[in-house]
Amino acid sequence: MNWLRTFFRRNGTPLAIFLLCSVLFWMFMMIILPQLFMVDFSLRANVPPPQWGTDTHSYTLEHYKYIVYGSSTSTDQFNTLDMGVFLRTLVAAIFVTLIDLILCYPIAYYLAHVARGGWGRLMVLSLIVPFWINEILRAFSFKVLFGTTGIINNFLVGIGFLDQPYDFIRNDIALWAGLTYAYILLMIFPIYNSVESLDRNQIDAARDLGSPWWRIHWRVVIPHAKPGISSGCTMVFMLTAGALAAPSILGGPSSLWFTQIIYQGFNQASNWARGSAYAIILLLTCIVFVLVVMKVFKVRLGEIAR
Amino acid sequence: MSADVELKNVWVRFGDFVAARDVDLHIGEGEFFTILGPSGCGKTTLLRAVSGFLEPSDGQVLIGGRDMAGIGPNRRPTALIFQNLALFPLMSVWENITFALEVRGVNRADRRKRATELLELIALPDQGDKMVGELSGGQRQRVAIARALAAEPDVLLLDEPLSALDLKLRQHMRSELRAIQQRVGITFIYITHDQGEALTMSDHIAVMREGVIEQVSDGTTLYDDPGSSFVASFVGENNYFRGTVVDTDVSYTTLDTPSGRFRGRTSKNQSLRKGDDAFVFIRPESIKFDSGLDNSLQARVRNQEFEGNFWQVFLDVEGENKGLKLSTVNDGRHHENISGDTVSVGFNADLAVVLPAGPLAAE
Ligand SMILES: Nc1ncnc2c1ncn2[C@@H]1O[C@H](COP(=O)(O)OP(=O)(O)OP(=O)(O)O)[C@@H](O)[C@H]1O
Ligand SMILES: [Mg+2]
Repeated sequence: MNWLRTFFRRNGTPLAIFLLCSVLFWMFMMIILPQLFMVDFSLRANVPPPQWGTDTHSYTLEHYKYIVYGSSTSTDQFNTLDMGVFLRTLVAAIFVTLIDLILCYPIAYYLAHVARGGWGRLMVLSLIVPFWINEILRAFSFKVLFGTTGIINNFLVGIGFLDQPYDFIRNDIALWAGLTYAYILLMIFPIYNSVESLDRNQIDAARDLGSPWWRIHWRVVIPHAKPGISSGCTMVFMLTAGALAAPSILGGPSSLWFTQIIYQGFNQASNWARGSAYAIILLLTCIVFVLVVMKVFKVRLGEIAR
Repeated sequence: MSADVELKNVWVRFGDFVAARDVDLHIGEGEFFTILGPSGCGKTTLLRAVSGFLEPSDGQVLIGGRDMAGIGPNRRPTALIFQNLALFPLMSVWENITFALEVRGVNRADRRKRATELLELIALPDQGDKMVGELSGGQRQRVAIARALAAEPDVLLLDEPLSALDLKLRQHMRSELRAIQQRVGITFIYITHDQGEALTMSDHIAVMREGVIEQVSDGTTLYDDPGSSFVASFVGENNYFRGTVVDTDVSYTTLDTPSGRFRGRTSKNQSLRKGDDAFVFIRPESIKFDSGLDNSLQARVRNQEFEGNFWQVFLDVEGENKGLKLSTVNDGRHHENISGDTVSVGFNADLAVVLPAGPLAAE
């Protein structure tokens, strides 16, 4: 409790109480309580709201079983549709994260150590400004870009590269591009911050000792940037796996994102219980996955929070 | 292997600013060569031109007779020790030391062996598995030297490597560096703004001011026969009077100054004529409490400081608004406080040097 005393001394009692209360309120009301409700919902039978809290609203694991076995009335033994979407979502999120990492590391390095003064600031600004636009509008703008009569198709057909417009949407290219772009800043800035704190002399020292550029990155820059890389990857992975706007707007007719199934559960199917169960499955799987990957790459949680 | 280094008419410009102006230097094979100058005079810039991080705007850099134009730092036979060392904090000591070998694809076992040898050389045996952060300042210093030596450079470049250490350690590392240089026998180019370091370690010293090399010579010549007023005031401590030349020949020159008429040696490196504006420089240890010498003057004692083996006496010269410093060996005779007294002091012409008026080092 020592830190608490220091905290009080540093901020003065009134301010300390205010800060403590607001943080606790935020954590409890905004994060823990809703999640607990979700957990509770997911473990109860699906009954209409008037019966909530009555005997029919009893505890059951059926919604968790549903993702594996599906409906009891269906002829299939397993719920291959939902599991397939679930796996596809995770794999796609991993790929989007990797693509973002490959794109953003050079940009972050360039911003931190190569671009000087005005040019670097201009680049940062042109990265940030598009994100002032609402996420849904951004997704729609990708639809405009990649549509069959969109700018890209017009251009490619115009220069004779394509005979007829290519359906970027049906082939999920628009979706991939949109997802990659959606959280790109959350990859760039953590990496930028950690790369920027690297002493330039270390890069010069490695070069002076004969190192080619790739080894400088492999042995000096990337190890230094590892905390930033992990926090960027964690955020992008979590948010991509949980993305709803881009998949709904840019996804082709045949591609379904797991969040869309959750959304259906809450809205169209009015099955809050199953929606909650699916949401919790997604959340826990993502957390476990991130923890395992961190373990493999020997990153500690404290480093990510840095 | 060792190599000589030659700078031919090297200019370095940053926009309109000239950081190195027509620098001509020859640094012999196996020499301990020091570039000495105040902060911001362009020492690091010159070293970066030798190591390849910077291409001179004009002129040539030759190492072992080979023109280095267009050859990057990773392909020059030089190794640089950075002003802040720039060790790799995420690698262990032995990995740091053998990084240059790792780059060349030497296998792990051979690298460990070489690391052990180098740790022996820098007197840090059995510390290879520590992380750099666990070492003391002086130990880190030595690891940086070992890391550079592992690359087996022909020329080792050192950018004020001792500046971060405390005084005791700095003095110890001076002799250590000198010993290592003699053991490995390669050319060292050492940069410092500390004239004490330069004088104790170097075979030759180049004094630099605002991008210009003022004088190149060995330490004693630099101290006894400074080539310019800047060198005279920068290297060691010096008192000076400014005046007009009234008489000059190859051996001695006489100046008329507001404090009187003084005679000193004519500088070997500069020519003077009657009527020229000039300085006469006298070292604090050359001024005596004696009115029977070639030059003498009256002064008031402002204060005196006891330094154990020396007394430092600060004088105010009459007639001129300036201070004078006198050091005298503590032989037990000057124990009484003479602050406020008016004293007669003097110096011999052979121990004073007359140089044309020019820029002085900042106090
Ligand atoms: N990249 C650069 N762009 C513009 N000016 C520079 C650059 N590098 C150095 N300078 C200027 O060149 C001059 C010499 O710099 P340099 O670093 O060589 O000084 P130094 O003698 O090593 O000083 P110190 O003892 O403080 O390290 C300084 O005035 C500095 O401002
Ligand atoms: Mg410097």
